[in-house]
Amino acid sequence: MHIPDGLIDLPTSFTAAAAATGGVGESLRRVRRTAQERVVPLAGLAAAFVFVLQMLNFPVVAGTSGHLLGGALAAILLGPWVGVVVVAVVVVIQALVFADGGVSALGLNVVNMALVTVLVGWVVFRAAAWILPRTATSIVAATTLASWASVVAASVAFTGEYAAGGSGGVALGTVFGAMVGVHALIGIGEGLISGLVVSAVLASRPDLVVGARVAGFRGSGRSRVSRGAVGGFVAAGVGVAVFLLAVVAPRASSSPDGLERVAADHGIAGTAVDSFAAASPLADYDVGGLGGDLRTILAGLVGLGLAFGVGAAATRVRSRRRRAAVEVPTVAEASS
Amino acid sequence: MRLRHPHAVFVHGDSPVHRLPAHVKVVALAATVVAVVATPRERVGALVAEAAVVALAAVVARIPAGVLARRLALAAPFLVAAVALPCVGGGPRVDVVGVSLSVEGAWAAWGIAAKGLTCVAATVIVTSTTTVSDLIAGLSRLRAPNLVVGIASFMVRYVDVLADEATRTRTAMAARGYRPRWAWQATPSAGAAATLFVRAYERGERTYDAMAARGYAGRMPRIDDAGTPPATWCRGLALPALVVALAVAGVVLGIGVAP
Repeated sequence: MHIPDGLIDLPTSFTAAAAATGGVGESLRRVRRTAQERVVPLAGLAAAFVFVLQMLNFPVVAGTSGHLLGGALAAILLGPWVGVVVVAVVVVIQALVFADGGVSALGLNVVNMALVTVLVGWVVFRAAAWILPRTATSIVAATTLASWASVVAASVAFTGEYAAGGSGGVALGTVFGAMVGVHALIGIGEGLISGLVVSAVLASRPDLVVGARVAGFRGSGRSRVSRGAVGGFVAAGVGVAVFLLAVVAPRASSSPDGLERVAADHGIAGTAVDSFAAASPLADYDVGGLGGDLRTILAGLVGLGLAFGVGAAATRVRSRRRRAAVEVPTVAEASS
Repeated sequence: MRLRHPHAVFVHGDSPVHRLPAHVKVVALAATVVAVVATPRERVGALVAEAAVVALAAVVARIPAGVLARRLALAAPFLVAAVALPCVGGGPRVDVVGVSLSVEGAWAAWGIAAKGLTCVAATVIVTSTTTVSDLIAGLSRLRAPNLVVGIASFMVRYVDVLADEATRTRTAMAARGYRPRWAWQATPSAGAAATLFVRAYERGERTYDAMAARGYAGRMPRIDDAGTPPATWCRGLALPALVVALAVAGVVLGIGVAP
């Protein structure tokens, strides 16, 4: 999600920097008002936790792994204002120390990753927790939903920034479809893992989950999310993603945007549109104008499948090579 | 899984860049990056000259070429996007060795790659010559809010501790046969993350109590408050000033326009 230097123009970057300064400044004021000197060590440790959380790998499919962005999780565990400050500090240090995200794009990255994810995550969490009954299961379900929404919202914010000052003659609809579509998929993982983390914290130290306290849940205990609910959440997320990637993105015209994953996916999807449409048995298929649409949608789906297959194959080869190379696993390898 | 070691970023050594105060380097970095991003991508000559100035700074800082190349490669995933753009971009197309490329997409790719790499190189020069704690002290001298500086310094101090804890937990889980491959095997991983959070929070409480017992009242004492002599500013900002001049020359005079 880190935007590099040179992708978004300076006026947009400076506007975002002003918005980031305002948003983080307001959060700082609210943090100072509620908590005093205690907050520095606690928030510092929480920032270290968010930083390490982004280095932890969680299994996805066939040995591939991903990591959390953690914005919504930070909001629910720490409350929205401390959450904004903590994630903003993490983003600033990542840019200045690890060259993760551009220095001129710092404002954009703080807006997307600290302000949008934390605040959208918090609002969705509060709304869901308000509707659902006051139980541990509801808190976990609300966390899952909020985390998914926060990731999708960040990708929508990126599309807006790209529309305002992006470089590259790329159709906006395509950027929107590809970017938000991929993040609707990523958000499923973010949602499920965040839900599991909050569920585990609720079981041991429920008093540490600020979101649960604010939502009026004061008990402790295990949450029980049914398999059907998880399946429904995954199916809905995949549905949104497929709709955006296969229907919105290819139809808006061809071209990817900047962020690496989307571009890689869509680069394959984009070339697949040409070759598939020409050679496919559907090339002459046309029923009342529906054929063209169907073809594009199918081509998008095939491109998506191809991109996914290449990614899975690549990680597979890599992990097999690693396993072959290391006879006695070292600490690092054993934990991969 | 190997957790990145945060302090491995700093390259021990001595050079004029190592000796500059951190806050001067942060200002120099910001000026360089803004100038590079502001240079229109059609001014190819100006962008190349700016990259040469940044390369010169790397030589002055005595950063081994291998280290610089490795760190550039780490930050390079956005180049994948740049490669894809000419193939799928819109607008008029041009044939290059039998491949049809979008002119607009090719320009965008060039701009993203050139500016992105130059800026990452400039950032790597600063991070390789400054320790993380100096960098944070530099932010404090640049009037970053106290709370942010405090949180950031606690964060870098404890990231290693938490990363080690996470690695130990992973090792213990792997030793007991946990090798997750699929998403539905993630519950123990998430439990470990939750434990890490609870332990981090409790460590924060203990740390605060220990600090309060030693007279901590919300801010750390500043040790070095000496001003920065103008000569130091001049030395630190010499090369960034050259980059800014090149950007201005590129924009105003149209120097370095591609044919």
